[in-house]
Amino acid sequence: MEESKGMADSHDEVFAKVQDLLSDALGVDTEEVSPDSTLQGDLGAESIDLLDIVFRLEKSFSIKIPKGELFPDDLLNNPEYVDGDRISSAGVEKLKEAMPHADFSRFESDPSVARVPELFTVRTIVNYVEGKLAAA
Amino acid sequence: MRWIWIDTFIDFEPGRRASAIKNVTLAEECLRDHFPGYAVFPPSLMIEGMAQTAGILAGEARGFSENVILAKIRKARFDDYARPGDRLRYDAVLESIDDRGAVAGGRVYLNDREIGQIDLMFSHVAAGGAYPDIPESGFVFTEQFMSLLAGFRGSRAGKERER
Repeated sequence: MEESKGMADSHDEVFAKVQDLLSDALGVDTEEVSPDSTLQGDLGAESIDLLDIVFRLEKSFSIKIPKGELFPDDLLNNPEYVDGDRISSAGVEKLKEAMPHADFSRFESDPSVARVPELFTVRTIVNYVEGKLAAA
Repeated sequence: MRWIWIDTFIDFEPGRRASAIKNVTLAEECLRDHFPGYAVFPPSLMIEGMAQTAGILAGEARGFSENVILAKIRKARFDDYARPGDRLRYDAVLESIDDRGAVAGGRVYLNDREIGQIDLMFSHVAAGGAYPDIPESGFVFTEQFMSLLAGFRGSRAGKERER
């Protein structure tokens, strides 16, 4: 079966490929992978799975994912952005800047460190991939 | 004990693929309890053998400049098991490799019959950053791993490969 080429992938095609890919990477049925499923909470992803997901996305869509572009990895270490168990307003702004592909509407009402993984949903990945394909 | 679960390389194509043999012997310490009265080579050690085969392949591809650590077993399927006197062969293919890590696909053969698939993901772990205790110099590719590769290169098959 031929890999679909960049721009030709419709939204449904991108979602279907991401769904299959996440199902393989995380060992879950494709039916469990819906747009709002969170990688960690709903699908059981652990940190090492994020690297696996990046490798699979690069291969499946022929894109390059620079370090930290899909999953920002060093914001939580910066004291300017974290205040105890909460993300500061500067931190929320920085996160939004780093993740234009994520939906912050639910996060903003209670921006705790523990809730950051909720930003990583299937939809977040689909949005990111579509952005990369459109820019290619 | 020596933690080496492959005996020798029978093929090594830098940056692409490698093939290693593991002869199963009743003298293996682990077979005493696995299982008493009926020795079965543990599948976990087949995974380790494949990881060593693919890990050396990945390490050599970048001049052993990084610590290549097995990070995820993407798939491990076994259709049969090995016993003392059997010969296992691990065929590893390097699918991708870069600064972050490597992905390898592998097939396991029992006396030349395919009995399994082991797909692995490795991470390149550097000193500093997330792992402050890691020594500056590499710790993965010890002399015993390097001597396996040197052994192949010195062998007839290895010299054929070089031509």
